[in-house]
Amino acid sequence: MADGITIRPGLRFEKLTISLGQTRLIALDCTIAPGEVLTVMGPSGSGKSTLLAAITGTLDPAFTMTGRIRLDGRDLSDLPTEARQVGILFQDEYLFPHLSVGANLAFGLKPSLRGRAERRARIEAALAEVGLAGFADRDPATLSGGQRARVALQRMLLSEPRALLLDEAFSKLDTGLRAQTRALVFETARHRALPVLQVTHDHSDAEAAAGEIHALA
Amino acid sequence: MPADISTAEPAPPRPARRARFLPWAPTLTLVVMLGPVLAGLAGTLAPSVGLMPALGGTTLSLAPWQALFDWPGLPRAVALSLGVGFAATALSLALVILICAGWAGTRPFGVIERLLSPLLSVPHAAAAFGLAFLIAPSGWIARALSPWATGWDRPPDLLILQDPAGLSLIFGLVTKEVPFLLLMTLAALTQTRPGPSLRIAQALGYARVTGWLKTVFPPVYRQIRLPVYAVLAFSMSVVDVAIILGPNTPPTLAVQVVRWMNDPDLGLRFQAAAGAVLQLGLVLLGLGLWRLMELAVARIGRAWIASGARGQASVEQTLRTAALILGATAALAVIAGLAGQAVWSLAGLWQFPDLLPDGFTLRNWQRFGPHLSGPALETGSIAACSTCLALLLTLACLEAEHRHGLRPATRALWLLYIPLIVPQVAFLAGFQTFSISAGIDGGRAAVILAHLVFVLPYVFLALADPWRAWDRNQDTIARALGAGPDRVLWAVRLPMLLRPVLTAAAVGFAVSVGQYLPTLLVGAGRVPTLTTEAVALASGGDRRVIGVYALAQMAAAFAPFALAVLLPRLLWRNRKGLLNG
Repeated sequence: MADGITIRPGLRFEKLTISLGQTRLIALDCTIAPGEVLTVMGPSGSGKSTLLAAITGTLDPAFTMTGRIRLDGRDLSDLPTEARQVGILFQDEYLFPHLSVGANLAFGLKPSLRGRAERRARIEAALAEVGLAGFADRDPATLSGGQRARVALQRMLLSEPRALLLDEAFSKLDTGLRAQTRALVFETARHRALPVLQVTHDHSDAEAAAGEIHALA
Repeated sequence: MPADISTAEPAPPRPARRARFLPWAPTLTLVVMLGPVLAGLAGTLAPSVGLMPALGGTTLSLAPWQALFDWPGLPRAVALSLGVGFAATALSLALVILICAGWAGTRPFGVIERLLSPLLSVPHAAAAFGLAFLIAPSGWIARALSPWATGWDRPPDLLILQDPAGLSLIFGLVTKEVPFLLLMTLAALTQTRPGPSLRIAQALGYARVTGWLKTVFPPVYRQIRLPVYAVLAFSMSVVDVAIILGPNTPPTLAVQVVRWMNDPDLGLRFQAAAGAVLQLGLVLLGLGLWRLMELAVARIGRAWIASGARGQASVEQTLRTAALILGATAALAVIAGLAGQAVWSLAGLWQFPDLLPDGFTLRNWQRFGPHLSGPALETGSIAACSTCLALLLTLACLEAEHRHGLRPATRALWLLYIPLIVPQVAFLAGFQTFSISAGIDGGRAAVILAHLVFVLPYVFLALADPWRAWDRNQDTIARALGAGPDRVLWAVRLPMLLRPVLTAAAVGFAVSVGQYLPTLLVGAGRVPTLTTEAVALASGGDRRVIGVYALAQMAAAFAPFALAVLLPRLLWRNRKGLLNG
């Protein structure tokens, strides 16, 4: 992003609507500034995950979408998922079960960082950041829930996203762990100036985000 | 609108050339699978009305049909085909239904499930040889009972094998069709998600089997209808099993057609073509009759459900036990038959009524082993090529479906079953004619193409469900991390689905190993595989050499299954998430 004068940073929805047949599920017109959190709340079936699919570019063709989604000024509509630079965390961590913890992180780490030793060092550092130093060779299936959540977060961050989406990301964790993991995620996002969109049905997630709340019917 | 249009951003790299091939994959697959069937049918129809320029048939004539109807064995051969087909299919289906209704979810059922894959991988010919040895007058059963119970000190002159009514043929078909239908039923059970239906029915006072039949079975049958049709068509027109176990004078129609086709008198080709067309008509008639029976049974079934009858526990206990005993007998027959082949292949002198040979020796293997290597290599290379092609096409179709949303209509499933329903004799002879004109006859390439027709549907059916069941969020995650669709396929999806991919490959390999007629007809007898050699030995009756070939055939079909189980365990030994998943 060369000259920042004309660019509005953040994740921006311009008259975005998503409908299924005649039913309008989503209508949004707003901007999430870097470091801010927008929480979208609603019961299941209200289209929360549909909104995230529209942002990642995995919307089922059955839905119709109008309006635009821009990330740091760039229109996402025609970009394939892998070029959108949008990180996402689900309720399940989806660590690749056939790869070690370190290889999972390497999958996320940009190829522009070259050299086996450099990449390995970057991965070790990312693990150490979240208290998992020395975990690189572990089988992800042997980690605890909280550890898996942290690996998923670091894997996503290593891919250098420009925005962060949370799809009920904390709902599987029990209360203590949930608060801890949530704090880590939001703090990291603020620190890196990432706009965050979280969908949840849990009020404590919304309160912890301390941002705007958009309710879906 | 602010002037921040993203023209400054470079356009993303467009997907590579392969992505443009993918949308064509389903069409290509259909052409590869159905092209030979349609070309073959045309190539069979033409000579049946006298058109075959290569043999001087240039004018339309009904003489082939006249010759066919003049064959005195025809009524009996037709009756045999129909009778064997219906009896084998109905018995197999009834047994599978009773086993599922009576035992699904119990411990014995778990044992049955584990036996399925090995039983399925046994080639039809090997299973038939094994069975033949068990039930023949000089076979293991007679030996076990002689002379103390029967008084026989020489094999009795009884027509048990190749009995004129086709009973041993029916039994042989049932032993192979029960595992196939059971596997299909298990897949249907996971798809229809019966959930607590059975428990609810039981809570309402229904006995187990009655409750299952009334609540779980109707949607399951809708799912297994095509496999049942395939079983019916196969049983009516099977050739290799019928040569080994079926009656001889006259044989079933399909066997007679093959005899005419292989007759040195080329003039019989016209008559053979007419017979092949009649075989196709018979199968269509059979399917029509079966459909009528389905409607009748559904009508009776609805009335039975509406009657509210709860079923009697004592009757059901008998039924359940009978189903288990019959199922075990079918499985044991195959296993004991193969053991018999193994013993024969190692037998020295083995006289009736001794239960075991006087001594064991490797002489048979030393004598026939060297002759095995050629056919074994041929079998392996044909199976490997057709399986790889089938896997490639299947993966391309499934990936096209995933990336481009080319979800096939439910109706397209019918197309997969066409090669399994159209009788092999009806199109293979025509395909042979066709490959002569294309200049690829009698060669390995043509045989591989012919095998592909049958390998493809099985590979597709084996892989489609696990492939589609893969969690799409896993794809979203990998893509959001910056991986393009190709990298997701190679680095994430294929490794995660390694086990089902290998299983599908093993199924395809076993199907190819077991093919008799495509190899014989399209290879014009010049491409010897373990299966064609083994069946050719059937008439010779030398049990030792048959034992050697049947075991080799069995090993060729079974080895890939063993690999499909072992390889993921080895590769993922440190990945708990994939070992149990």
